[in-house]
Amino acid sequence: MNVLFDNWDIYWEGFIGTIELTAVAAALALVAGVLVAACRVSPVAPLRVFGALWVTILRNTPLTLLFFAVVLGLPRFGIVLPFFAFAALALGCYTSAFICEAVRSGVNTVPAGQGEAARSLGMTFGQTLQLIVMPQAFRSVVPPIGSTLIALAKNSAIAGSFSVVELLGTYRTLNEMGYSIVWTFVWIAAGYLVVTLSISAAFRLIERRWEVAR
Amino acid sequence: MTAQAVALYDEPGPKALARHRLYGALALLVLAGVVAWLVYKLFDTGQFTAEKWNAFTYKGIQELLLRGLGNTLRAFAWAAVLSLAFGAVFAAGRLSDHRVVRWLSTLVVEFFRAMPVLVMIFFIFIALKVEPRWALVAGLTLYNGSVLAEVFRAGVHSVPRGQGEAAYALGMRKTQVMTYVLIPQGVRAMLPAVISQLVVALKDTSLGFLISYEEFLYAGRQIATNLDYSLPFIPVVMVIAPVYIGMCMALSGLAKWVEQRGRRSSRTG
Repeated sequence: MNVLFDNWDIYWEGFIGTIELTAVAAALALVAGVLVAACRVSPVAPLRVFGALWVTILRNTPLTLLFFAVVLGLPRFGIVLPFFAFAALALGCYTSAFICEAVRSGVNTVPAGQGEAARSLGMTFGQTLQLIVMPQAFRSVVPPIGSTLIALAKNSAIAGSFSVVELLGTYRTLNEMGYSIVWTFVWIAAGYLVVTLSISAAFRLIERRWEVAR
Repeated sequence: MTAQAVALYDEPGPKALARHRLYGALALLVLAGVVAWLVYKLFDTGQFTAEKWNAFTYKGIQELLLRGLGNTLRAFAWAAVLSLAFGAVFAAGRLSDHRVVRWLSTLVVEFFRAMPVLVMIFFIFIALKVEPRWALVAGLTLYNGSVLAEVFRAGVHSVPRGQGEAAYALGMRKTQVMTYVLIPQGVRAMLPAVISQLVVALKDTSLGFLISYEEFLYAGRQIATNLDYSLPFIPVVMVIAPVYIGMCMALSGLAKWVEQRGRRSSRTG
């Protein structure tokens, strides 16, 4: 117990770091993922190929390698950003591939007849998308996005090893100060549980809010 | 024209086709521009100079990389076998008739699924002072084993209820029902998910890099941070990334192939 209260500041800083990194990377991943998903379902062939390449490459790259390439490789191109931005970029791009697949399969669950019916009523593309396809796709997309974001929060632990302040990285400071390692890790684990459980609670809430009786 | 019927578009007419072709050409131009900029940057920062690539012609460096790759594959093989065993045991525990066994297994599986795998690896490495390879294997086993336990359980549950009931009606015991009826049928449903999880395990062996296990990425870093070869950072990434991506894609391809085969045979059978 003492380890937590004696070093509340260190833990708190790490905890906030993990949350910030997760939130920024999640925002990036959601935007990029939806855009790439739009590419993948578009009728324009080069965009489809681009989307497929993006997803295949990023899904099959180990995240550690991606971190390695982004954090240590991009500076060689003369691109110098704070470590936090690099970490958010790597995490966001990696996660965007999984978000893209979730969104794409969500859009594909909407029966083609729904769109045909909307168009035969004279709706424009924008209206079809907004009023017909999105509301239906949204419901089947929420649960997989929730589990993707939970995975993102867990993956953010890797950033600690690349000079970003986050929860797992706090063990180094505490270890040097001579605190019991086991208890240090117990509180780190508790911190991650708080983050992942809140994400899954939030998504359960969203799911229930938008649920329809079928 | 489109890959599959999507609710978003009609079959394009001649005008729409022309428009799509225009968009396609524009998109190609932009993508080509990005690629050209990347290649220009690579040349501009001198990534293709001989001194940066020279390192890869040395026998010692090649052996270092191969040894790293061997260590990666060894860790993956251990982690795969052990997590399959771990998963099987805890899936059996979660399907048990005894409440205490069921609760215990559920607790273990849920806990390890919720923890970042890196936290477990670091805990085993630092707090329990295990050597890097076994810390990595143990961490991967706990995490992937727990996920596999859920996959196995879902696979057994995916077999129609009547199958188990019929087997019980024939007088089989629970073990017999499992081994002769439920598991052989469940395996077909769960195999693609099992292989996809093994891809995750393969990717996560690169976490060994962070606890200084001498695997593929670690070997790459040793070369990349060597001043004698003028820090060949980008070349190392260009050598290592295709190998990782290739291995993972081969495994994912296997998963997809198994899935399609399973679907086909269940339709005919």
